[in-house]
Amino acid sequence: MNTSSRIRLSEFAVEALVRVAGFSTIGFVLLIFLFLLREGIPVFLQVPLDNLFGTRWYPTFDFFGTLPLILGSLLITFSAIVIALPLGVAAAVFVREVAPNWAREILKPMIEVLAGIPSVVLGFFGMSLVAPLIRTTLGVPTGLTAFTGALILAYMALPTLISVAEDALDSVPKSYRDASLAMGATQWQTIWRVVVPAARSGILTAVMLGMGRAIGETMAVMMVTGNAARMPTTLDSLFRPVRTMTATVAAEMGEVAQGSTHYHALFGIGIILFLITFLINLAAASAIFQKRRRGGLR
Amino acid sequence: MMLGILAHKPANMNTARRYAVQRLGFGVLILASLLVVAPILFVIGAIIARGVGAINWEFLTAMPRDGMKAGGIFPAIVGTLLLTLGTALVAIPFGVGGAIYLAEYARDTWLTRAIRLAIVNLAGIPSVVYGLFGLGLFVLFLGFGTSIVAGSLTLAIMTLPVIISTSEEALRSVPVEFRTVSASLGGTRWQGIRNIVLPQALPGIITGVILGLLRAGGETAPILFTVAAFFLPRLPQSPLDQTMALPYHLYVISTQVPGMPAEIQYGTALVLLALVLSLNVVATVIRSYFRRKRQW
Repeated sequence: MNTSSRIRLSEFAVEALVRVAGFSTIGFVLLIFLFLLREGIPVFLQVPLDNLFGTRWYPTFDFFGTLPLILGSLLITFSAIVIALPLGVAAAVFVREVAPNWAREILKPMIEVLAGIPSVVLGFFGMSLVAPLIRTTLGVPTGLTAFTGALILAYMALPTLISVAEDALDSVPKSYRDASLAMGATQWQTIWRVVVPAARSGILTAVMLGMGRAIGETMAVMMVTGNAARMPTTLDSLFRPVRTMTATVAAEMGEVAQGSTHYHALFGIGIILFLITFLINLAAASAIFQKRRRGGLR
Repeated sequence: MMLGILAHKPANMNTARRYAVQRLGFGVLILASLLVVAPILFVIGAIIARGVGAINWEFLTAMPRDGMKAGGIFPAIVGTLLLTLGTALVAIPFGVGGAIYLAEYARDTWLTRAIRLAIVNLAGIPSVVYGLFGLGLFVLFLGFGTSIVAGSLTLAIMTLPVIISTSEEALRSVPVEFRTVSASLGGTRWQGIRNIVLPQALPGIITGVILGLLRAGGETAPILFTVAAFFLPRLPQSPLDQTMALPYHLYVISTQVPGMPAEIQYGTALVLLALVLSLNVVATVIRSYFRRKRQW
């Protein structure tokens, strides 16, 4: 009987331990939000709202307008998605529907390699090789532009986008393809008019996850976008320097006095970033969970 | 719905034209795939070609000299290895434990769904926000200072979702019969997991752990304010010491130091890239080797 009670005790202990590990994830999310609030809330009390959402970010002169930073982040995120979406969907369709085995065996590991390249390495590559190229081909004063950032970000979002889009294509039932082919459609017509439209909501999820990845990207963006906190409201803004929320936090946190308004403002930006990515991922996750319950990501 | 889609087909499309369109379409797909792959090869090729000249024994094992413009990057390499080790010590027990809970114990309740939501959100939080959090909690509130401990803990929480998701997937891919047979022989639930399920899922778990740690080791933003030293030409003395780290060092020498020789920049990028990609290959090989070997 002694051994059986010892077994029962260890069963209980193990279950308790893994349960703690599982629930720790909820604790960490709450802890992160709590500490962002703790250090970031003071800025909302110290700085009037019209300053905080104004158009000028000059912390040394007590201008904490986050609008140019938010718009900067949105500009390069959307531009990145515009580049990445056609490339990513086409690559996913190619891998899933068309590619011969040998091509798939090359493509899939290459995309995994891309996902593994550290952001700072891509940023370094962007500033030392892509930016000069953009400066000379487009004839702009500096190659460190929003477009350079969008280009690098597009490739950073591609692995996520491709793999989720692949799952979406994969879950389109084979019967759809069979029916289309049986009615005399070519393979291309089947892909273009049946499979991709049937997978569109899964592709939308892929786009959202790619956006979440892009808007939170820090190092590469900071190194290639020039970091000028100007309002990207003119048409040529895409080819001028821009500054994102992430780059602002990363570049300025090292220099601020702890407890200053500027310090709290950077945590305030952290709160905004947390909320944006939280909402994007919430939306994407609920789409995925729903689809999973209905059987398949479509 | 599908019939509706097909009904829009123009009636005058003859077969030859339809196949011409198909060739064109496939051509576009191939072109797009090349556009995805070619820059990847170019990044890797350019960094190898320009950085390989800087790599020698001194570069890998000496301290930096002359304001980092000469000498080696040894403390940065050691720092990154220590940070990755520290991350592993925290992230593996929590990650694998959490995965075991989700795959083997958790029922489908709202609490379990809350855990899954938390994991999705942890995975989506920007790396620089992890840096802010680490600064607020570990560096300031808990008083660890900018240290290896603070940086490792920050990176560990960031790595957690990767390890949990991949480990859970590995555990779930073990057929349910394995558990039933273990139970029918009188094994308890934990005995079944420990002796039957875990060993079968181990390759998948190891792959996930390596991929997660790789990402942690290559990250810069979370360590900016929690651990990284701009220039510290000695090895860290204790876990509460600061350290240099490869990704941060690359950032520093490519943006903060004027007149930095390009070869040292590319050399540093190459060392970081080589570390990350070689481990990436190891993870892929483990996965495909065991996937081919297993009988179920």
